[in-house]
Amino acid sequence: MSTVALSPPIEKRIERPGRLVLLLRYLRRNKGLALGVAILLGLVAFTVIGLMTVDLKQAYPLSVAAKKPPSWKYPFGTDFFGRNLLAAMVVGMWQTAFIGVFAGGLGTLIGVVLGFISAYFGKWIDATIRTVCQILTPIPVLLIQVVIAGSLDKRDVTIVTMALIVVLLAWMGPTLVIRAQVLTMKERQFVAVAKLSGVSDLGIIFKEILPCLLPFIAAAFVAQVFSAVFAAFYLAVLGLGPLREPLLGNIIWAAQSQGAFFNGWWWWPIIPSIAMILILGSLALINMGLDELANPRVRRSE
Amino acid sequence: MSLKLVIKRLLFLVLVIWAASTIVFFIPRLSNRNALRERFGELARTGGFSPADLEKIIASMNQQFGLDRPLYEQYWTYLGNILHLDFGYSLYRYPTTVAELIAQSLPWTLGLLLVTTILSFIIGNLLGAVAAWPRAPHWLRAFATPFILLTGVPPVIMGILLLFFIGFRLKWLPLGGAYSVGVVPTWTWTFFFDLMQHQILPALALIFGSVGGWVLSMRGMGVTIQGEDYVNFAEHKGLTGGRIFRDYYLRNAMLPQVTGLALALGTMVTSAIIVEGLFGLPGIGTMLNLAIRANDFPTIYGIVLFITIAVAVLMTIVEFIYPLLDPRVRSS
Repeated sequence: MSTVALSPPIEKRIERPGRLVLLLRYLRRNKGLALGVAILLGLVAFTVIGLMTVDLKQAYPLSVAAKKPPSWKYPFGTDFFGRNLLAAMVVGMWQTAFIGVFAGGLGTLIGVVLGFISAYFGKWIDATIRTVCQILTPIPVLLIQVVIAGSLDKRDVTIVTMALIVVLLAWMGPTLVIRAQVLTMKERQFVAVAKLSGVSDLGIIFKEILPCLLPFIAAAFVAQVFSAVFAAFYLAVLGLGPLREPLLGNIIWAAQSQGAFFNGWWWWPIIPSIAMILILGSLALINMGLDELANPRVRRSE
Repeated sequence: MSLKLVIKRLLFLVLVIWAASTIVFFIPRLSNRNALRERFGELARTGGFSPADLEKIIASMNQQFGLDRPLYEQYWTYLGNILHLDFGYSLYRYPTTVAELIAQSLPWTLGLLLVTTILSFIIGNLLGAVAAWPRAPHWLRAFATPFILLTGVPPVIMGILLLFFIGFRLKWLPLGGAYSVGVVPTWTWTFFFDLMQHQILPALALIFGSVGGWVLSMRGMGVTIQGEDYVNFAEHKGLTGGRIFRDYYLRNAMLPQVTGLALALGTMVTSAIIVEGLFGLPGIGTMLNLAIRANDFPTIYGIVLFITIAVAVLMTIVEFIYPLLDPRVRSS
């Protein structure tokens, strides 16, 4: 009797691609999101490289020859006050990013906390938070921000105060979104099971509900960054920004005050406008893309 | 709509106006800026009267405007004044009242806002509906895409781009102002055409800046409505495509858009104000711009409060119109 050695069964390994590959594949399907991320990365690269290579003093008045159109020496030209617009764009972009991330992050954080408190504890707390949100929502936020920024001493207006003014009236959106999501989560069975097994309120919030909400929080964050950048831009265009800083809206305000188009200095308002279009456009694309990611019903599968 | 709902809505309106007035009353009082002192200090520097006299003038002014009375008393008077739309005097153009300033500039803003809101609402909704309608010709559906790409661009930047391309490069339209320099306003056709020429670019900026949003939300609505039973039923009844589009598809998809219109009013008004400032049209936006430049606080607060109240009232009106459009809400 000879035994025939059976060859071991060929184990067919199913290649599960890495997370990065999956992410890249998803980006290929969701073209809007990919384009938004690409533009945003481009802007980040511009700002970072600019911060390292460009002389940042030139972003402030009286540092270079005034009113020079774009040339090899000054790729974006210089303005009436003797600012190199390339340096001004680098600093302005960095400041815009700071306001966006700081105000957007803080607004989202407040929104998440209030949304959770409101939905999880219910009763009169919920009623109060909801009513305050509902009353504040119809009031045009920009106008109240105008009152706050206008009441401040001009010396007190800095990039940080701008961000804080923006946050002050920007938490209602995320609060209502997160509240609605937590309300539906709360009724799910896994939460009931956790509750019956004696998990504490905080445990349920952090271990059971919060992880499920991450896509919504991410979407709310991007939306908040978008509206913070927008609000800070509008305030600056109205001349309520920190006037010395080369914030993008400030540059447009200054160009408009000096009648840039009437005097033929077209590059002065155009350069910051294009920068703003790229920033807001990329954020809008990412926002729409994340909406799709957060909503599995419309998510594109392979 | 039941009487109870009407009363509830009106109460909410009063609450919103009260909240806005209270915020506008207390925020300036939290800051250390004193508008009167700043204004008279400026006059003192340029005109030259002694500091002792300055204090006397400020004291008498404070008494005249009741600023020396306790805060709660001031608050009550203030709330009473708001009810008659009395926002006090302009600091820079004293004795003109803020209400008079607003009345002067309101027609300009109202005209621009009305035309652009209606046009962008109609154009945006039609484009969005067509973009989601499978039977529409391909070229017509593709028409919506460029507008969707414009969604993220604020109207004021749209205005700068239009100024650059159409006003500055092509020189087709003027670069700003309400009418040409040196022209005297008269009731003639030539003046009217001059006026309209100056209104085209700001109007286009506002329309291009807001159409995208309508296209996007309407397309979303349209896609969900296509699968509805009543649309299928209408098709099987053999109704013509145009009839289904108009009466079954568009009408139902429009309803949530009307609510959207109420919610978008605040954004529309603020965009209009900023675009007006950019183009130097003599509306409320330019008035606000000038007031901010001149530190004319009562005018800033008055304009802000007026717009807030106007937006809240308009939103309530839109909500009252809604049941007229939707029979289901009317009957329940």
